Amino acid sequence: MSGAERKRILLLGIGNLLWADEGFGVRVIEYLQKHYRFPDQVQVVDGGTQGVYLIEHVQNAEVLVVFDAVDYGLAPGTLKRVENADVPNFLGAKKMSLHQTGFQEVLAMAQMLGAYPESLLLIGVQPEELEDYGGSLRPSVKAQIQPAIELALAYLADCGVTAEPLATEVELADPILNIGRYETERPDADSACRLGDERVVRSAAFEVRPPQPLTDALPIDVDYRGKY
Amino acid sequence: MTVTATPNGFHLNDAGRRVVVDPVTRIEGHMRCEVNIDEENIIRNAVSSGTMWRGLEVILKGRDPRDAWAFVQRICGVCTGTHALTSVRAVEDALKIKIPENANSIRNIMQLSLQAHDHLVHFYHLHALDWVNPVNALKADPVAVSALQQQISPSNPKSSPGYFRDTQNRLKKFVESGQLGPFKNGYWSNPAYLLPPEADLLAVTHYLEALDFQKDIMKIRTIFGGKDPHPNWLVGGVPCAINIDGVGAVGAVNMERLNLISSIIDRTITFIDQVYIPDLLAIAQFYKGWLYGGGLAGASMLSYGDIPDKANDYSAANLLMPRGAIINGDLSKVHAVDLTDPKQIQEFVPHSWYKYADEAVGLHPWDGVTEPNYKIGAKTKGDRTHIQELDESAKYSWIKAPRWNGHAMEVGPLARYVIGYAQGNKEITEQINFVLKTLDVPVSALFSTLGRTAARGLEAQWAAGKMRYFMDKLMSNIKSGDLATANVERWDPDTWPSSVKGVGFTEAPRGALGHWLKIEDTKIANYQCVVPTTWNGSPRDEQGNIGAFEASLMNTKVERPEEPVEILRTLHSFDPCLACSTHVMSPDGQELTRVKVR
Repeated sequence: MSGAERKRILLLGIGNLLWADEGFGVRVIEYLQKHYRFPDQVQVVDGGTQGVYLIEHVQNAEVLVVFDAVDYGLAPGTLKRVENADVPNFLGAKKMSLHQTGFQEVLAMAQMLGAYPESLLLIGVQPEELEDYGGSLRPSVKAQIQPAIELALAYLADCGVTAEPLATEVELADPILNIGRYETERPDADSACRLGDERVVRSAAFEVRPPQPLTDALPIDVDYRGKY
Repeated sequence: MTVTATPNGFHLNDAGRRVVVDPVTRIEGHMRCEVNIDEENIIRNAVSSGTMWRGLEVILKGRDPRDAWAFVQRICGVCTGTHALTSVRAVEDALKIKIPENANSIRNIMQLSLQAHDHLVHFYHLHALDWVNPVNALKADPVAVSALQQQISPSNPKSSPGYFRDTQNRLKKFVESGQLGPFKNGYWSNPAYLLPPEADLLAVTHYLEALDFQKDIMKIRTIFGGKDPHPNWLVGGVPCAINIDGVGAVGAVNMERLNLISSIIDRTITFIDQVYIPDLLAIAQFYKGWLYGGGLAGASMLSYGDIPDKANDYSAANLLMPRGAIINGDLSKVHAVDLTDPKQIQEFVPHSWYKYADEAVGLHPWDGVTEPNYKIGAKTKGDRTHIQELDESAKYSWIKAPRWNGHAMEVGPLARYVIGYAQGNKEITEQINFVLKTLDVPVSALFSTLGRTAARGLEAQWAAGKMRYFMDKLMSNIKSGDLATANVERWDPDTWPSSVKGVGFTEAPRGALGHWLKIEDTKIANYQCVVPTTWNGSPRDEQGNIGAFEASLMNTKVERPEEPVEILRTLHSFDPCLACSTHVMSPDGQELTRVKVR
């Protein structure tokens, strides 16, 4: 465990914050940056919709924790963790990000280059709403930010790393997309259409499917009802 | 009778079998393409459709114009910096803000580094697989690859047989693990692939090398932008202070950082000269008989220009990346381009899923309207949520149809290079002549898919050289004592007029990009982006002119319609970017391109 304390750890949030619950990973990172201080060996990165440009971060990490909206086919707002070899299988099935270079491909490329994290954890939430352009997280998904962080902190504790919670929230270096301002300064629905393309967003390929039990799923039971 | 002649010179015939490619992969965002092929598998009608609503403009309404760059850089994962730069330029134009020389040099270095970076990643990681067959590379003899490497790039030290054998073994392991990764979904037995195994292995080796190298180029933007992967920008300059004596200063760029940038620039120049350009020429040798894909190239091309030599002067004479328009194939005349002229740039929507009060007229972006209106034509096969075949006689795309003085135009590296060539730009002409001579092809060969791919490589080389120029300029300015990087005189909204408008432009890696905005009472009243893929991916207009993607596919022979590698090859040569993006992921089933032949 002594060597483990110096392991390079990357906490990475991916997704597009302009598409409602799709911004989950990025918002987890924002929350982490505002409320926790980590030792130098931990990097906390908002990966946005970047693909190939994230390779370096992935290659440099010995432990990688990814936060994302993941279509598990579970009930909206369900949090689920997946580890190591299973991660690529859950990622990138519908690659719509950077040049369609989904994050799965980033992992494959890192592997081809011969530098790959020893441990991988994906903390994903089942989205409730995606077709709300310019919108923010739905309450069911927003309520999973803190539980997702708890999962990550427990995982880090196993690696011998502790995060220090901050007594007061720190201001981000670039507060423009701060979730509070993003939500309050949003134009109303009359002046700004909020729907996506029906053919894409509502087609079977992109549908958020109704809950179906997954045989290998390990749903995490977090009760967020009544909090919002 | 099903043959229609378009005003821009194409003969469309929709009688043959329809081939539908949806989505087109290895691009940014969502795109669908439909073509009709005749009995000899030659494309006689082409329809390109943006299948994603991109209403970024409307979510900016009412927001602080100084914030707009942060939103536009989230449109997609690649054009981040170039959208942000365009946005701050638009706000500065509206508010008459002058930026310091250092800010101009730093912005140019960031923009040029994006050009070099994006072109490199496009060539090796998005486009190469349209020409290179990684499965075939397993058959190569590493000794012969080594000889080939030494022949095409004698100065490249990484050329031993062992080096290529090593890559081949890694590739083999990867293929045998059944996990093809980025190489899956290819048509690897298609006769459209023409390279010998040795050239395939050479290119695959450099695919990996480029993947490793591109990480370095990115550091330039990280240092100047203060963070990675979404650098910071600032209306009035750049958000990085310069403190040359500083040691590890937070937020300031010191000498150590400047030296790091300088060394990355040198390595970028070397990589492009020793690897990218020789590979491009080697691959082109085998494909120079495949001269499909011209379309509007050489006929109708447009560039706004970019890279101002001196700060705050956006006139054509001060832009190092050429500005102008070519129409009707007349290279003897390059027309002047004015982004503020309401007659020159107009967007039309008769075939786009938007609503205008009068759709017979086009709107200049300052007066632009982005109101969605999704309805499908009577001849559509399928229904609103599951279209099997588009009806191109009605509305069929989320992309508007921008026109320059009424002409459909191609934008991008090839447009910039042809315009520079037509203007007699010395550097560009020398580069083009070198390629034409090496490949032994006439100028007309440029007007093709391969020409587009070649121009991108040449431009990467040019951009790397210009980074060196601006780095030297920045250093000499700093040494003379000028450390200013931002002008905040007009930062306070109280100093702004109540109603102003402005336009900002750049040449994004994939073509001309403009943002037009109006500011009223210190808030954004209207914001319109006309992006490169709006030009290239444009649907038909009121007169029936087809757009650049559509035109480029015309008359191409497709060897196997169910494996339309030729269509992908030509569309990829534009480096399409149909911004972006919901990327919710599913554990089951890969999203494969569906190709349907009816």
